[in-house]
Amino acid sequence: MSLFFDYTLDGIANGMVYATLALALVLIYRATKIINFAQGAAGMLTTFIAFSLLSRGVGYWWAFVLVLVIGFAIGAACERILIRPLHGRSELNPVIVTIGLLVVFEGLAGAIYGNASRGFPAAFSQSGLRVGGTTIAFSHFDVFILIAVLALMAGTLVLFRYTALGLRMRATAFSREIARLLGVRVGLLLTLGWGLAGIAGSLAGLLAAPTSSFGPYYMDLVLVYGFTAAVIGGLESPVGALVGGLITGLCISYVGGYLGSGLEPLGALALLMVALMARPEGIFARPPARRV
Amino acid sequence: MLEVRDLSVSFGAVQALHSVSFDAEPGAVTAVLGANGAGKTTLLRTISGLVKPREGSVRFDGDPLLGRHVETIARMGVSHVPEGRGVIEELTVEENLRLATLWCLRKRERQAAIAETLGLFPRLQDFRRRHASTLSGGERQMLVLGRALISRPRLLLLDEPSLGLAPLVTAQLMALIRDQTEGTDLTVVLVEQNARSALSVSHHAVILNLGQVVVSDAAATVAADDALRHHYLGF
Repeated sequence: MSLFFDYTLDGIANGMVYATLALALVLIYRATKIINFAQGAAGMLTTFIAFSLLSRGVGYWWAFVLVLVIGFAIGAACERILIRPLHGRSELNPVIVTIGLLVVFEGLAGAIYGNASRGFPAAFSQSGLRVGGTTIAFSHFDVFILIAVLALMAGTLVLFRYTALGLRMRATAFSREIARLLGVRVGLLLTLGWGLAGIAGSLAGLLAAPTSSFGPYYMDLVLVYGFTAAVIGGLESPVGALVGGLITGLCISYVGGYLGSGLEPLGALALLMVALMARPEGIFARPPARRV
Repeated sequence: MLEVRDLSVSFGAVQALHSVSFDAEPGAVTAVLGANGAGKTTLLRTISGLVKPREGSVRFDGDPLLGRHVETIARMGVSHVPEGRGVIEELTVEENLRLATLWCLRKRERQAAIAETLGLFPRLQDFRRRHASTLSGGERQMLVLGRALISRPRLLLLDEPSLGLAPLVTAQLMALIRDQTEGTDLTVVLVEQNARSALSVSHHAVILNLGQVVVSDAAATVAADDALRHHYLGF
């Protein structure tokens, strides 16, 4: 029973990281109908930038904020320079560009930093909290993950629900042509959307690094799990990304704990298949619009 | 005043518009009539910037429109209501209206403008917080018309507003369009398949046939010309 409890806590902490990456994928997918396969690698690259800053003596929080800003810039630049010119052609083209970007980012990190994995410092202690005399599998750092991700989710929700900018972004995502006819500068908002996804991707990179073998490829699995989470959540809903992330995190934690950690990716695949068979449109998909 | 001159549009090998020219006066409704495939929708989409023409010019109050971004043309006071009731179904009625006010009204003016528009369409008042996907065809048409008027446009482009509506609703809609136009400086271009009801509210009529202007005359004259009506408008 106490093992189950530990696996659950572990699953929640990891699930939050997957939810963050899932949110990044959702932000881009719902605006441009593109799966950004480079999202994880971009987060890896910005985390390496954080690594460089930290090893030069920059304070953790300065590096943290700076890297989120850089993540925004990389995301926005990718949309403006690489994705925008492909608009109006087959939707496969930009997806292939993102796969190319994934290879470029990982190659770049390998060329600069080497392919060996190393340690990445956490903002807080990674030893388990003590509750009532026993140590639980939830550290100060896990609490930080929980707070950071929930803050990001809440921020996204407030932006979309309650601000004029969010209304413009939703209109752009749902109906680009109508939004333009109503005076919405759609191009600017698409760039902004990719930038926001870049922030989420960078955050996922920073949060995943301390608990994984930090190297050019440590985000590959996070991308796979984040993608699973996004699909379970319906690919278009930020709330779905959060719930999907938690489901994925818990499922993988139980598979790893009870069946062996080598089976974790297989567990994610099984989860993805079950989810697609049971509810192909995802848990939080929009209801099909009524046609009159 | 809207001035369209020698406008030609091609989609690949198909030429949709052949050197189309006409004027639309402020304070009047100009009907653009014709059969399916005559190029009516393409004409409106070219004016609002959604379609790039091969040649020709479009000026509104002297300013050229062609070559500008769709959103820039919208911000010049051009409201285009596309065919098929372009509500954004995932947004609520109120959000659909608010979206159109974002670029032109201050924050404190928006709520008043939305209330005023809902006053024009009392049916929508009860649905303001409902998603637009739950509206009927007539209600959607009211919403898009209200959304087009809320930004106080100088040029209103309406594409088949009567499509699929009951005759009574169509009549109300046409009366509203006329009321919004007469005595103001609003220019309205009304594309319609339903020629009879369009002519009843229009001041001027342009008939397109296979992408060419075949008639451009006062609406009353067109309505009175039996041969013309039979030949091009089918009634």
